[in-house]
Amino acid sequence: MSKHLRTPLKTVRGLGSARGGTHHFTVQRITAVALVPLSLWFVWIALSLVHLDYAGARTLMAHPVHAVLMVAFVLSVFWHAQLGLQVVIEDYVHSPGLEIAFQLAVKFLCVLGAVACVLAIVRIALGS
Amino acid sequence: MPQAARPKSPHLDIYRWQIQMVSSILHRAAGVALAIGTVLLVCLLASLAIGPEAYAKVQSCAGSVFGQLLLLGWTWSLAYHLLNGLRHLLEDTGHGFQIRTFVMTGWVAVIGSLVLTALVWACVLLQRGGA
Repeated sequence: MSKHLRTPLKTVRGLGSARGGTHHFTVQRITAVALVPLSLWFVWIALSLVHLDYAGARTLMAHPVHAVLMVAFVLSVFWHAQLGLQVVIEDYVHSPGLEIAFQLAVKFLCVLGAVACVLAIVRIALGS
Repeated sequence: MPQAARPKSPHLDIYRWQIQMVSSILHRAAGVALAIGTVLLVCLLASLAIGPEAYAKVQSCAGSVFGQLLLLGWTWSLAYHLLNGLRHLLEDTGHGFQIRTFVMTGWVAVIGSLVLTALVWACVLLQRGGA
């Protein structure tokens, strides 16, 4: 008999997997699969940008197909990066306070980066 | 409990370097490098939204020697992370774990990433030569 009144389920929630253990793995794989074609498309876009001036670059990015793909690319990149960096920090940063600080910083920076990119793409696509 | 007295599990410096560990370490290193590279992605898109002057600044940064070296590094990181990522996805399906296959796909990822990087930069240099 447990000396606590809490059920074992109550104890494990928030500490262990509690049926959420595969979520990180799954989302990492989904974003990875999405990034295979999106990265190839991005390399092609980046190579196109090399010989374009500002107006040409803006026209290229403003195309609806490229704008949509760029939003998809940016969201997948920052999501995937956050998941990957989270594991790296979990593996190498062992002092709890520092680890929480790093995890929060990575999450916030990834969200900020994604929001900034999406806003920029929307401005380019709408020509504002 | 005294931490120092405990035996430690063997770490990186104990093992002979081999493709199995190198491909894994490089995957993580390339991933971290690419995450840092997102700073340039933000700068590129933001400057394109802001205007020609801002875009010219990002272009000159990317075109400097230091910028070109970083871009070369990020090209290889993306190529390697992509190829080794595909290898990981293959392994997620339960295939590719035979030692021969595992070593072979590891070399495919390392050498393939160098080939892809060379191809991309050949495109860059050809475009520049043609401009």
